[in-house]
Amino acid sequence: MPTPTPSEPVLDIADLVVTFGAVTALDSLSLRALRGHVTALLGPNGAGKTTLLRTCTGLVGPRSGTVRVLGQAPGSPDLGARLGVMPQSTGAWSGVRAGELVHFLAGLYATPLDPDTLITHLGIDAFARTTYRRLSGGQKQAVNLAGAIVGRPELVFLDEPTAGMDPHARRRTWALVRDLRAAGVSVLLTTHDMVEAEQLADEVVLIDHGRAVMSGAVPELTRTTSLEELFLSHTDEGV
Amino acid sequence: MSLDFAPAPGAAPTRQRIVRHATLETLMLVRNGEQLLLALVIPAAVLLVGRWFPSRLGVDFTLLVPSVLGLALFSTGFTSVAIGTGFDRRYGVLERLASTPLGRTGMVIGKASASVVVSLAQVVLLVSLSLALGWRPRLDALGLLLAVPTMLAAQASFVAAALVMASLLRAEITLALANLVYLALAAGGALVVPAGSYGFLEPAVRCLPTAALGEGLRQGLADAPASGGWWVPLVVALVWAVAAVLLARKVMRWTS
Repeated sequence: MPTPTPSEPVLDIADLVVTFGAVTALDSLSLRALRGHVTALLGPNGAGKTTLLRTCTGLVGPRSGTVRVLGQAPGSPDLGARLGVMPQSTGAWSGVRAGELVHFLAGLYATPLDPDTLITHLGIDAFARTTYRRLSGGQKQAVNLAGAIVGRPELVFLDEPTAGMDPHARRRTWALVRDLRAAGVSVLLTTHDMVEAEQLADEVVLIDHGRAVMSGAVPELTRTTSLEELFLSHTDEGV
Repeated sequence: MSLDFAPAPGAAPTRQRIVRHATLETLMLVRNGEQLLLALVIPAAVLLVGRWFPSRLGVDFTLLVPSVLGLALFSTGFTSVAIGTGFDRRYGVLERLASTPLGRTGMVIGKASASVVVSLAQVVLLVSLSLALGWRPRLDALGLLLAVPTMLAAQASFVAAALVMASLLRAEITLALANLVYLALAAGGALVVPAGSYGFLEPAVRCLPTAALGEGLRQGLADAPASGGWWVPLVVALVWAVAAVLLARKVMRWTS
């Protein structure tokens, strides 16, 4: 299993083009995410963030360009165990219980986190026996987050991890992302929350119309203006 | 107990992954009341009606039992899988699982295994009920040699066709169409009523995978007369299975 060296990016994308029929979802997009860093993808609705994550997990094929995830092509058999993916809002059978899903996902890995401890850590125990369809948006997000990290991955994709969460749950999730980073896990997250990006990210990539229009370290980008002002001045209104 | 988030990636053994997935898929099927209705309640009701009011169905009870087994297997292999997979795709289950160590192949094997488990449970329960109602099957090697492979090939074709439907259509349309196909083929696909009852349409009806299953089970388990050769149902089921699996491999979609 090829493991990237510390200087090697965990995600290396060059001139990526993804189309759906006549629609160009990603248009010559290039970006790099560094090992052990938190990289935030910002962009309006429809900018291509979710398509980018799907391309990285091999669910969507590129028309052109190159994508290397942990040094491998997306969809490589080894990658499944090395990645953690938190989908946006859904991602479970409607009839599965919250705790049941976390235990099931843990069973797919060789050395997972203890699912019961993780359930307690993320506050899922209060609704562990509730079926997924009856969970609130924030509760679903907590379960999805648990599913993404239970396998002790090297790289985690978090698609809008705190959408729908109350402030307590959001702060708990932020603390978890910091813990992951401190433990050496690389994180790529998408968000609409500029405060979240400023709080968590080492680097930010701004995406608009399928292109990376700006990227850099958060302190550099926010030296003279706020992240929100940068977002507004470099992107169009979403769809 | 504290959590150590330090990366330690690795997949569980393949067998463990597939068994866990198949177990959870089976649980999801069993928890779904509508699918249980199709899988057991309706077939059992047809058996009871056929036993005590045979004139209502126009099929002798000896032949009705394998026919009902075919109906039950069709509902599990096709209707349940199509509806379940359609909503799995819609709710992002396929997308999530495809990016885990289970992978796409493991996911399809797990789903098919769950379908086999439910099918076996159906066969055991419905055969037990039928025996209690006085049914006595033909039990010889030749009969089983026709019935079992035909059943397996037909189930493969149903599951693959269900995956094709769930990949090409929205979940709500899959729900409606899968139920419609179930009703249409239950009535007109030589599942319950033998193919010989369809008059001038008989040759066309015999080419359906449901007819292959129904005729294969009736000939294999109840010594029904074979038309055109005892092997015809098996060949028809195999052709459908190969075609449907190839099509499913081509069109299977994982995202909503």
